[in-house]
Amino acid sequence: MAHTPQTTTRRTFLVRSSGTAAALALGATSIPAHATPESLAASIKDVVGSAALRTGKVTLDLPPLAENGNTVPMTVTVDSPMTEADHVKAIHVFNEKNPQPYVMTAMLGPRNGRAQVAVRIKLNDSQKIVAIAETSRGEFWTASADVIVTLAACVEDPT
Amino acid sequence: MGNALINVPGTVKRGEAFEIKALISHPMETGFRAGTNGTLIPRNIIQRFTCTYNGVEVFNLTLSPAIAANPFISFFTVATDSGSLVLRWTGDGGFSAEETVPITVTS
Repeated sequence: MAHTPQTTTRRTFLVRSSGTAAALALGATSIPAHATPESLAASIKDVVGSAALRTGKVTLDLPPLAENGNTVPMTVTVDSPMTEADHVKAIHVFNEKNPQPYVMTAMLGPRNGRAQVAVRIKLNDSQKIVAIAETSRGEFWTASADVIVTLAACVEDPT
Repeated sequence: MGNALINVPGTVKRGEAFEIKALISHPMETGFRAGTNGTLIPRNIIQRFTCTYNGVEVFNLTLSPAIAANPFISFFTVATDSGSLVLRWTGDGGFSAEETVPITVTS
């Protein structure tokens, strides 16, 4: 059967409409399965922009093996004098495999004296965590840590 | 209303950085989990934590669903003058909690 690409056959119509239906169905629920390394890179790009991201100065303290992903202690320390001229402005934390790549942002200043923040986080899977420190001089320093999670967060039945 | 536990040193030397540890009871429901009937449980998290020292904001934290339930937050601040620290948590569903802690600074 000869036809030009412009004519709509029954087959092409069905293919196109099923694709649209699938897209609509996905859009309606809009629940991403996982943050991916790509979305991690994208959210880091949102924070850092075109500036250089250098490894160092940041210490990301996480247990290498977490038994319970629902609560994993995390401490981020940045080596900085914390003076008016040179201090850490913000600490951003991202993850690789939770439903969203974003974990937290802490805004600091010279009044903090010490650039150290600790929180407890949820981890959905064994994954890489990335911390980024933004200094008042416009520099970005980073550190990452890998955590193995035995019991992932978000799997247990809510009670 | 929140039920908060706050730990600060009783007295601190002027110019010294001291640690503030705060824990508040909150479910931090992610919005990604399904309930027993299969429907998603709506998100209910604390979105923001701020600390003011004698009226000046010294620290703020933006939280996400990736923060564990009953958020524990620890940070440092430099002792300037005796006065009070006001810790404030705000979140989904109009959640708001505020705690005031006195701080004594010795020279």
